[in-house]
Amino acid sequence: MLDAQKAARRLIRIKVNGRWREDAVSDNELLADYLRDTAGLTGVKLGCDGGECGACTVLLDGEAVSACITLAVRCEGRVVETIEGLAAQGRPSRLQQAFHEKLGTQCGFCTPGMILAAEALLRKNPDPSEQEIRLALSGNLCRCTGYVKIVDSVRAAVEVAP
Amino acid sequence: MTEQLRRVPLIDGIDKVTGRARYTADLEKPGQALVGRILRSPVSHADIVRIDAAKARALDGVVAIVTGDDCPFTYGVLPVAMNEYPLARERVRYRGEPIAAVAAVDAATAERALALIEVELRELPAYYTSADARAAGATLLHDNKPGNLEREVHNEFGDVRAGFEAADLVRESTTSCAEINHAQIEPHATLAEYDPLTGRLTVQSVSQVIYYLHLMLARCLGMETEQIRVIKPFVGGGFGARVEALNFEIINALLARAANGKVMMRLTREETFLTHRARPQADIRLKLGMKKDGRITACECEVVQRGGAYAGYGIITILYAGALLQGIYDIPAVKYDGYRVYANLPPCGAMRGHGSVHSRHAFECLLDRMARELGLDPFAVRRANLLQAPTRTLNELMVNSYGLAECLERVERASRWKERIGRLPRGKGLGMACSHYVSGAAKPIHWTGEPHATVAVRVDFDTGVTALTGAADIGQGSSTMVAIAVAETLGIPIDRVRVISADTAITPKDNGAYSSRITFMVGNAAIDAARRLKAVLVEAAARKLEAKPEDVDCAGGVFRVAGGEQSSLPFADVVRAALVDRGPITVSGTFTCPPEAQGGRHRGGAVGSTMGFSYAAQVVEVTVDEETGQITVDKVWAALDCGRAINPLAVEGQVEGSVWMGMGEAMSEETRYAEGLPLHASFLEYRVPTTIESPPIEVHIVESHDPLGPFGAKEASEGALAGFPPALVNAVANAIGVDMDELPVTPDRVMEALVARRRQARLDKARDSARRAAS
Repeated sequence: MLDAQKAARRLIRIKVNGRWREDAVSDNELLADYLRDTAGLTGVKLGCDGGECGACTVLLDGEAVSACITLAVRCEGRVVETIEGLAAQGRPSRLQQAFHEKLGTQCGFCTPGMILAAEALLRKNPDPSEQEIRLALSGNLCRCTGYVKIVDSVRAAVEVAP
Repeated sequence: MTEQLRRVPLIDGIDKVTGRARYTADLEKPGQALVGRILRSPVSHADIVRIDAAKARALDGVVAIVTGDDCPFTYGVLPVAMNEYPLARERVRYRGEPIAAVAAVDAATAERALALIEVELRELPAYYTSADARAAGATLLHDNKPGNLEREVHNEFGDVRAGFEAADLVRESTTSCAEINHAQIEPHATLAEYDPLTGRLTVQSVSQVIYYLHLMLARCLGMETEQIRVIKPFVGGGFGARVEALNFEIINALLARAANGKVMMRLTREETFLTHRARPQADIRLKLGMKKDGRITACECEVVQRGGAYAGYGIITILYAGALLQGIYDIPAVKYDGYRVYANLPPCGAMRGHGSVHSRHAFECLLDRMARELGLDPFAVRRANLLQAPTRTLNELMVNSYGLAECLERVERASRWKERIGRLPRGKGLGMACSHYVSGAAKPIHWTGEPHATVAVRVDFDTGVTALTGAADIGQGSSTMVAIAVAETLGIPIDRVRVISADTAITPKDNGAYSSRITFMVGNAAIDAARRLKAVLVEAAARKLEAKPEDVDCAGGVFRVAGGEQSSLPFADVVRAALVDRGPITVSGTFTCPPEAQGGRHRGGAVGSTMGFSYAAQVVEVTVDEETGQITVDKVWAALDCGRAINPLAVEGQVEGSVWMGMGEAMSEETRYAEGLPLHASFLEYRVPTTIESPPIEVHIVESHDPLGPFGAKEASEGALAGFPPALVNAVANAIGVDMDELPVTPDRVMEALVARRRQARLDKARDSARRAAS
C-alpha cells in the first residue's frame, strides 16, 4: 500500500526460516510485504488494514509479532520464522499436526498466524493453562471456529512430546 | 457407515496448517500482474454530472481505466431484481459505491491515477433509516420503487383473529437488531486474465458460487459463457458475503479486458466492509397468543429491513423472515407483514442464518416473557408447541425429521437446568432458545430445470477415484464431505479419493455454498455418482471372480464374493479390469428436490422450502456486572439435530462456529454510519469476539435420520446461530431482571436499561408515597 518507489532502498541481512539472505528493501517496506513479495512466503496472510487481526503473525527472534506493522529494515540481523519454516523436513510440527487433526483450522486464513502465536507461547511456556492459551491468542481473530477447537488443538499439541 | 470414517480431518487441512494453501491474493506477486484499484463515491446519494479520467489516463504506468460507460449492463443475484451496475451510471446511491477503476503497473501509480479522476456530483437527499426512506415525499432511490420499498410481503395462514381470541394471554414486543457484517478474515480479492488473442477470460476469485459469478461476468462483459472460466482458489471464509457476484469481481474483469492482460485486485479491509451484503438492520413487531398451558394460538409478525441501496438478495431475505416463523413449532395461525426498504447505505445480502435470525430472536424472547408471566418453565413452553414429523406446515414447508425434543432434553440435562434455574445468585443467569434452518433452498434461484446438484466421479489408469464437484469449499469442509460420501459408498478408504472442486472449465455446475445446501444436495449427488461407478466396478469384479454381480460387494478397498472367503480382488485390480472394456470411466450422479419439497403456491412460497430443517436448542449461562453492564458468557450448551453426523468433527466445528457467530451478533457486532460514512470498517471498531470473551461451547449432536438426507444427514452450520441472541437476552433477564429489546446487548445498553429501571423504581416509589400522603 505504501509508496515503495519513492523511498530509499537498502540491503538488509535477515535470517528467514533458518537461512540467511540479503535483500534490498525500501525504508518504508513492511515485513509482511517483504516476506510475501520478495521471499515468496505467502503463508503470511493479510487480513486487515494494519495490526487488527493477527493473520500476519510471524516470529521475530522467537516473539510473535504482526508483520503488517513491522518495518522490514527493523529486522536487520534478526531471525524471522514463518509458517513455512515450521514443517521441518516435510513433517508438520506438533502444533500443525494438532490443528489439522482437531479441526483447529476451517477456512485456514487465520491459521498460520494462530499457529505461530501458539508456537511463541509454547516455546516460553511448555505447559500453559487454558487461560494462558486464550491470552496468548487474543490478538488473533478467527471467524470460523469460535476458538473452541483452536484451544483444543493447542492443548493437544502440549500433550505431545516436542 | 463404517467406523473409521467418523471424525475425519479436512482433506485440505495439511495445506492450511503449513501455509501452502493459496488464496486469491497469493496467486500473483507484484509485477506479475497489473494492480486494480477502485474509485468510490464520497457521498451517499447524487447524480453523476461528469467523470473525466483524461489526466489519469495520461499518467505513466496507467494501463486501463473503466467507468460506468464501459458497462451498460446491470447485475444482481435475483433475475427479477438486477438493479445495480458494477460501476455507477448516472447516479450513486451509497457512500463507497464504485465509480471508476484503474489498472496500473503498481499500487502507487494506481492510487495516483485515482486521485486524478475528476468526478462532478450533484447531491440528492439521502436516507439512513427505514423510517426516513419510507417517509412521504422522500426522494426515490429507484424510480420504479415507490415509497423506497423494494418488496412488501403480506400473508396469513390459518385464522389469526380466532387464534388471538382463543388465547389466555396475548403479548406484543418490539425488537430492534443492528446491521452486522460477515467479517470473514480473508479480505476480498480477485484475479482476472483476459487473453486478447483468443478472447478468453479467466477469473480466480473469492466466490462461494462460481456459477453465479460466471453468469454475471458473461452478462456484464457482453461475452459468451463459453469464453469464460471461473476458478475458486482457497477461500478464507464466506458466511454469505460471497454468495452473489460482487461489484469488484466484475470491475476487475472489465479492467483486465480493457488492459488486454492480467489484473490483481486486493480490497482493503475497509473496502471489504463497504462491499457488505450482510444482515440488515431490522425492526420486528411480534404478537403472540398463548393458552395457560403454553400452547401458542396465533402469531403476528411485522419485519422492516433496511436493505441498503440495491436489491441484492433482499426479496429472499424479507421472505425468509416470514416463512421461517414456521417449521419449528406447531402454530395454528400465522400472519406476516414484511417490508424491505431501500436506504443510502451499502447493500445488504445473505448472511449465515439468512432471514431467519431476527424473527427467531423476537419470537424466542417473547416466548420466554410470556412463559414467565404464566409461571411456565422455558423448556415446558417449547415442549408444549412441538411438531410431529412427518408433517407440512401451514405455509407448505415439508418436515420429515424433527429432533428438537431430543435437543431440548440434551441441553436441559447437560446444563443441569432443573437443579439450577431460579437458584443462581443475583447477576448470574441461565437462558435458552431454539432455532432451525433449511438444508438447502429447495427451489434454485436460476430455474433451469436441471438437477439441483451433479457430481462426477472418475477412475483411470492410476486407479484412484477422482470426484469432481462445482461446490465451493470455503472452509466448511464440503470437499471433505464429498470425499467421505464417495469413499463410504464405494467401500474404500478416504485417501483413495481425490476431490477437485469449483472450476467452471472442469467441474460440473453447482449452485454453490449457500442456504446450507451442499451436504444435503451435493452429498446425495455424490452418493448417486459413487453408486453408479460402483455398479460398473462390481460388474467387472464379478466377471473376474466368476460370480454374480449381486453377490459381489466392496468393503475396505477389497471386492469380495458374499460367503466366499478366498474370492477377493483389491480395488485397483477391479478398476483395471473395468478399464479394459471401457477406457477411463466418468459417471455422473445427481440430486433433484422433489416438487413436494419446493414450497407452497402462494407468492414467494418457494422461499423457506427445503428438503429438511436442522433443529437446535441451546442454553447460555451468563454473569452480568450491574456496575458496568458487562456481560460474561460463562458457558454454552448447544444441541443440534443434523439428521446424521457424516463427520462429527466437522459438525462440532460448524455448531461451535455458528453459536459463536450468534454471540458476536448478540453482544458486540454492529455496523455504524455517520451520514453514510462507515465508522465500523476495521476490526478495531467492528468487534468480533476474541479468545478472551469466547466461552466454552459444549456441543451435543442429535441424529433424527432424515429419510431423504445423504446417510440421513441434514445441515449443521446455520441452524444453531439464531438461538444464541435470544438465549443470551433470556439469560440476562434471568440474571438481572431486565428484558433487553435491542441487539447487540452492549454494556452501554445494559446500563441504560438498568438506569431506566432505577429511575422507574424511584418514580413509582415517589408516586406511592404521594398517593399515601394524599389519602
